[in-house]
Amino acid sequence: MLSEILNKKPLKAADDKVYEWLRAQIDPVILDIKKPFKYAFTYINRKMDRSLSVEQIYENVDCPVDDEGNRLTIQVRNLSKIFGKFPETAIPLLEKGMTKDEILKTTGMTVGLYGVDFDVREGEIFVLMGLSGSGKSTLERCLNRLHEPTTGEVNIEGLNLTKLSNQNLRAIRRKKMSMVFQNFGLLPHRNVLNNVAYGLEVQGIPESERLEAAQKAIDMVGLSGYEKSKPSSLSGGMKQRVGLARGLANDPGILFMDEAFSALDPLIRSDMQDELLKIQAKLSKTIVFVTHDLDEALKIGDRIALMNDGKVVQIGTAEDILQRPADDYVSRFVEDVDRSKVLTAGVFMKRPRELVKSNQGPRTVLKLMEGSNWNVAFAVDKAGKFQGIVETDDALRAVRDNLPLASIIDGDVPTVGIDTPMSEVIQHLVTTHYSIPVLDDENYLVGVVRPSSAVDVMNVGGNNNE
Amino acid sequence: MSEVGVWAERGVDFVSDNLDWFLTGLDNLLDWALSGLGGFLSGLPPALFIMMAFVVSLLITKRAMLSVLVGFAFYIIYWMGYWPSAMITLNMTLIATLLAVLIGIPLGIAAAKSDRINPYIKVVLDFMQTMPAFVYLIPAVVFFGLGLVPGVIATVIFALPPAARFTNLGIRQVAEEMDEVAESFGSNASQKLTMVQLPIAMPTIMGGVNQTIMLSLSMVVIAALIGGGGLGEDIVRSLSRVDVGMGVEAGLAIVLIAMILDRLTQSAKSED
Ligand SMILES: Nc1ncnc2c1ncn2[C@@H]1O[C@H](COP(=O)(O)OP(=O)(O)OP(=O)(O)O)[C@@H](O)[C@H]1O
Ligand SMILES: [Mg+2]
Repeated sequence: MLSEILNKKPLKAADDKVYEWLRAQIDPVILDIKKPFKYAFTYINRKMDRSLSVEQIYENVDCPVDDEGNRLTIQVRNLSKIFGKFPETAIPLLEKGMTKDEILKTTGMTVGLYGVDFDVREGEIFVLMGLSGSGKSTLERCLNRLHEPTTGEVNIEGLNLTKLSNQNLRAIRRKKMSMVFQNFGLLPHRNVLNNVAYGLEVQGIPESERLEAAQKAIDMVGLSGYEKSKPSSLSGGMKQRVGLARGLANDPGILFMDEAFSALDPLIRSDMQDELLKIQAKLSKTIVFVTHDLDEALKIGDRIALMNDGKVVQIGTAEDILQRPADDYVSRFVEDVDRSKVLTAGVFMKRPRELVKSNQGPRTVLKLMEGSNWNVAFAVDKAGKFQGIVETDDALRAVRDNLPLASIIDGDVPTVGIDTPMSEVIQHLVTTHYSIPVLDDENYLVGVVRPSSAVDVMNVGGNNNE
Repeated sequence: MSEVGVWAERGVDFVSDNLDWFLTGLDNLLDWALSGLGGFLSGLPPALFIMMAFVVSLLITKRAMLSVLVGFAFYIIYWMGYWPSAMITLNMTLIATLLAVLIGIPLGIAAAKSDRINPYIKVVLDFMQTMPAFVYLIPAVVFFGLGLVPGVIATVIFALPPAARFTNLGIRQVAEEMDEVAESFGSNASQKLTMVQLPIAMPTIMGGVNQTIMLSLSMVVIAALIGGGGLGEDIVRSLSRVDVGMGVEAGLAIVLIAMILDRLTQSAKSED
């Protein structure tokens, strides 16, 4: 009862005023008292961290490169993870061909992962997708050794993480990678700014410097003005922005995101996906993104790895997965995808080969087209903005009558955007005899949809009512 | 007497014969702390003390009205004429609580960190908590004689378990995702403990500290039986004289101190 009376508004307001005044008097003193403790704490931590610097750890290590010249930031080789008493003993059983269920029944151990191999290229968003329990989180956690792999290798920029001492592993975690969590993982006792600065504080970076970096990350995710808020006062979407900012603040090359947007409402979720893509366009991180949602995977993934029972069953682009499912599991997975959303020009477009520049001469263009057997070419200006199409007959005419190329470029042709549904694209395809150009918001030519894709759409969307 | 009692006596004899240096050191240390804080508390003019209580309460609770009531409660104790006794009781309670917390929280951390030693710590804590409080008075007297020091020692043993238990519980309750947050950013063990686990467990730990304080206060009263002094002594005296008025007054003073300490630690607990 007493506390009820004391909680009445006017009393409470007066309370707060008196408290704040006193606090202002005493805070400086408290800070002075805290200082030596803080120094001592930082000092002890420095002494505890006898790890090498990241530069020293990487001294004789080179990042592998694939045939196309992409740096392979993450290489996973024959990775297995068994949960249970004697993990190693399950490996021979798996090699003999026993399934996950059989091993669970006979030994009581759970196969989290078995024989996983893949590479992640620098700067790509690599999505791990699969049903619940398929091992996505386990795999992600093996990549930064939150789970100790049972067998196999994880190479980060060529460095085998599984062989690293704990101290050196900490150094790698501090500088090279960070993680965004499904339930945000915000520290409830810290405000937004100090949450974001956590990774930098762990590194022992001086306060002013780390708060500055944290502020930058907060601005980047659009949370300016909330620096002093406690996590409990934020909405889900804002909380995950904090999580994302914290992951970006120590400027790691690699970002691990485990169902990072799964706890959010659909609309907020879509916003966050857009936000991530926007940030990714700026920063080009290497991102390993776990989700069980195919729509999300198709939207944000450069490549997608589909997992089933601890194994990777298919790796490919969105189009690969939709058009050429490797097995029944994958085709069942892609079966109930919301096709109107997924079957867009962006998924089916190809890189345009038949490109000409609008400032080239008609003779050059004609030669190019005849040499490559193109009936139609797409003309772009110097910057890559779409101008129109050029047909061989017109090019011939231009050469004969000595006309400039610009006069024969047909700018009045159907074009589509990245998000245009394929149903609409197909309508254009049947009325023309050439591929349909796909333009982005600023009229840059980003791809073309070929007539052959119409057949693919039929295959993928065979049992689709829309 | 059965074997158990014989062994207990032998154990006590062994300690007092062989660990004399330790007991003397502990005695001196506690004596120093008790007379230090005791001298300060009883030397302070009541008016000044009440004002300080108000400010401290305001800082902890952030509530001006509640803090006025805290000051007023102390004034009632003064007005009833139990100021010197109350200061002795407060002195012992604070020192005993401080010791119990200084020992209990690290013990709780150890129990939370290691599944191997956790069961052993648990058994010891169960033993300490369920053994009737009076029993601790006997070895305390054997080792330290009569006075404040044995009272404080018995109190620490009796009041320590909640601090250790709640610390253990609080740290174990921290969500696994939080540990992963700490690990994934490369925190070392001490950073994980001090920057993530302890702060998140703090409300629970403060709940344990609150109980420790309450147990300390109740034990300090019992310690009057071995010359602990303070409000407990007033109550024991009123009992022997069958003096109802004195008993009620001293009892009321203890209740007031208990309420003050409880409110202060409670609000520290509920701080976000
Ligand atoms: N710490 C653990 N101890 C024992 N088994 C575990 C542990 N973590 C995961 N597993 C098991 O490993 C398998 C893969 O689990 P994992 O959490 O990686 O799946 P997931 O694909 O992330 O699923 P979800 O979509 O539900 O998050 C499951 O069978 C799970 O029961
Ligand atoms: Mg998972």
